[in-house]
Amino acid sequence: MTTTSSPTAPDTRRRDTDSVLTVEHLDVVYQVASPVHAVRDVSLTLGRGEILGLAGESGCGKTTLAYAINRLHRPPAEVTRGSVTFHDRDGQDLDLLALENEDLRRFRWAKLSMVFQGAMNALNPVTSVRAQLDDVLTTHVPAMTRRARRARCVEVFELVGVDPGRLDSYPHELSGGMRQRVMIAMALLLNPQVMIMDEPTTALDVVVQRGILREILRLREELGFAVIFITHDLPLLLELSDRIAIMLEGEIVELASADEIYLRPQHPYTRKLLDAFPSLTGERGAFIRSGASSSREQLPGTDPNEVDPR
Amino acid sequence: MTNISPLTEPVGEPLQAPAHADPGGARPRSVSSWRAILPRWSPKLGVGLGLVTAIALFGIVGPLLVGDPSAINNIGLTPPGSGYLLGTTQTGQDVFAQLTYATRGSLQIGLMVGVMATALSAFFGIIGGYVGGVTDESFSLFSNVMLVIPGLPLVIVISAFVPAAQRGTTMIAVVLAITGWAASSRVLRAQTLSLRNRDYVAAARVSGEKPWRVVTVEILPNLLPVLASQFVFAVVFAILAEAALSFLGLGASNSSTLGTMLYYAQNGFALQRSAWWWFVPPGTIIALFGCGLSLINFSIDEIINPKLRTEPKKRAARRSVAA
Amino acid sequence: MTTLEVKNLVKDFSIRSGWHRSTLRAVDHVSFMLVPGRTLALVGESGSGKSTVARMIARLEKPTSGQIVATAPDGRPVGNRRFRDHVQMVFQDPFASLNPFHTIEHHIQRPLRLHGRAKSRDEVDGLVAQLLERVNLAPAASVAHRRPHELSGGQRQRVAIARALAPGAQVLIADEPVSMLDVSIRLDVLNLLARLQREDNLAVLYITHDLATARHFSDDILVMYRGRVVERGPADEVILHPKHPYTQLLASAAPNPEARGRSQLAVSGSIEASGPALPRASSGCNFRDRCAFAMEACAQVPPDFSVGVDHAAKCWLYAEASAPEHTVVEGSPA
Repeated sequence: MTTTSSPTAPDTRRRDTDSVLTVEHLDVVYQVASPVHAVRDVSLTLGRGEILGLAGESGCGKTTLAYAINRLHRPPAEVTRGSVTFHDRDGQDLDLLALENEDLRRFRWAKLSMVFQGAMNALNPVTSVRAQLDDVLTTHVPAMTRRARRARCVEVFELVGVDPGRLDSYPHELSGGMRQRVMIAMALLLNPQVMIMDEPTTALDVVVQRGILREILRLREELGFAVIFITHDLPLLLELSDRIAIMLEGEIVELASADEIYLRPQHPYTRKLLDAFPSLTGERGAFIRSGASSSREQLPGTDPNEVDPR
Repeated sequence: MTNISPLTEPVGEPLQAPAHADPGGARPRSVSSWRAILPRWSPKLGVGLGLVTAIALFGIVGPLLVGDPSAINNIGLTPPGSGYLLGTTQTGQDVFAQLTYATRGSLQIGLMVGVMATALSAFFGIIGGYVGGVTDESFSLFSNVMLVIPGLPLVIVISAFVPAAQRGTTMIAVVLAITGWAASSRVLRAQTLSLRNRDYVAAARVSGEKPWRVVTVEILPNLLPVLASQFVFAVVFAILAEAALSFLGLGASNSSTLGTMLYYAQNGFALQRSAWWWFVPPGTIIALFGCGLSLINFSIDEIINPKLRTEPKKRAARRSVAA
Repeated sequence: MTTLEVKNLVKDFSIRSGWHRSTLRAVDHVSFMLVPGRTLALVGESGSGKSTVARMIARLEKPTSGQIVATAPDGRPVGNRRFRDHVQMVFQDPFASLNPFHTIEHHIQRPLRLHGRAKSRDEVDGLVAQLLERVNLAPAASVAHRRPHELSGGQRQRVAIARALAPGAQVLIADEPVSMLDVSIRLDVLNLLARLQREDNLAVLYITHDLATARHFSDDILVMYRGRVVERGPADEVILHPKHPYTQLLASAAPNPEARGRSQLAVSGSIEASGPALPRASSGCNFRDRCAFAMEACAQVPPDFSVGVDHAAKCWLYAEASAPEHTVVEGSPA
């Protein structure tokens, strides 16, 4: 059923020394009254400095996958199978699912950080932004002096393009775009090697989104971290990512370079997704797959139940 | 810090595809709207319902089965046994018989206060919340004032004002109702304000519904769980407050309630005389009834806030072992 | 068929922050016309005022000034009582716009009864089934008895459309009807609206922040920024040849897979205003502080200048090219 360009296909595989994260046959199940298999047999590799897009609609499991990689999932979610391995820059390999307590804490944020969906939910509304950034630093680098912390906060704000004078503001005093930049700044504090971004621009206007994307690309050039970018906005991923994984009902149905996905999509669902985005500048009536001008009139026998093709 | 809930869909949405997965199939699986808002069965609910039903039955049916509670006897204070299930009071009255009548009396007051207080809070809370403007401001001010005034002292003062002869069950119920509706009205107002801004209320207005129909047909049904919860609170409050009042001698005269039993027990020096059978039963009934009602309220809370629903632990443990 | 004309619509909100009271002008002299058989898209970001315009037309808010006039097919203006017979709305959130307590059937039969389209039980049932079938929810019998939580987002939105059609409305306001739906379902719903519009010759106002679907589905586009319509014209014209700097910014900021791999984009104008939107009175052009082409003249509020056939922009850049237009009425037969 799935046409996966598996990680072993020559044009998409990364040599082991080049990958920073390897996920193998991961299964995540929500243990509720009737268990939900949120993530099924997911395998992927993330190259160093690569931007991997994770595309899918609501309920496909992309956020569950991100949380599981990060070990943020809580009961009733449970990893029932598979492995997640982090290939550190200094040569060490870490089994993320086996990390406990201190090791996990030290790993988190320092090697892999996350930008959550909805910055307003993720930022503490009653403390200043500086205090929250400080919190991260004092937890992970207790040896840092106050002056050093302050300098790092300023540095990281400048990195994301926010005026350091706003460090003492409260989250509600900042605009949506600025809040998201603060989230990115927070994720950058410890120079992680991987950043997972869960729909970071979904709630933002398209102009602000463009600004954030520019920053992410620029930072990637400067600092060399890899990004897993989760969103349902496929045109965005096509522009931004090196490779794209399409998720449907917990499985990765296609994983290929952005070009391949755009020009030669294999899986019917990928084609369906591509067909869902009208082209902005192409022919009137065309979709983002250049030239494909499908007439999408409602036919009498059309399935009104919007079930995905199997 | 973070609200770590990986569910990106709105709360309450089923994770698996809903029943529409059969294209064109006629499976009229319509869940009755009442079943949809009834609490889910759980041990909590079972215990709560059990307690409440048992005590209610005791109070309703009991008096029909026992002898005269006010029949005076010469035997004086006797412990349980020899014909008296719960012994006798110092005037030889059957404690068990008294208990049934007292439970009935308390239930009556509880129910009356529950209904009246809920009606009052619904009026001030829902209508104020929906209409907004000056009406809302004044209703809100009024309920805030009622809230600020300390409850029990107010009840005592009002009760003391009413001459003993007129202090019947109904009067006490009225007094308790007018001192107990305010907190509930705030909750209802907040809920109404939240519901008023929902799109389906706006859609009803755009469809052309009149305001009173919007309130009764669109908003009220969605307030039912909260109303039910507030009603239960009111009953619990009433029973406890009435007990307190009666214990102080300000309760309903000429009627028997659990509180008056305690009052007489205290006056008869039951504690000093170790006549536990006189005051322990009424106290226990009060406690159990309050406990049962609260358990029911927890179940209602689960409807209002689906995040509180928990998976029975045994099943979960069994499954994770199997996987 | 009914036409709807909006003239110089203004909406002010008074904001209290602490002791200060100030006025936020959410909608600033907006005018347009909705004509049977044509879709007008109102495009803008959050805070542009487009939803406020929709709510005023649906009579959920009262305009501070300006007029909203519906004209019946016989040429006479529609009175207040019959207004809702003619003008209906589809809301953005399919999860919130249906009452979870009631069945689908209830949602549709209420407007049918309220607007006198059906009286007896049989008539009502028949019309409900008909409407459900029109929006591709078949078989109607099984859907009618379900409750909203049993349907998917796309199905709920179809029910919302059926409900809007029930009174026999000829002007449909669609407030971001697909932005909360799954991506693969959006086009189905938009196509449905397009088909219904053709079949019933409806006048549709399509409100969105998504330029691509606006272009795809509408005949004309109005671009709003901070309460003002900054550009208006035929859909293709406005998207492919945007004249106003804000429209140019929007068009270039939208993700465009045809430009794969571009890392830096030269975007005219600053991406972000310096802080949260502040209430402001009309002191010149709204876009001044973000515009790459700002000039001294921008201290004055620009009127509409013609920049093409039926195409106008509120920008001083085009002042010499033509004389200012008076109210450009959109969608009128050329």
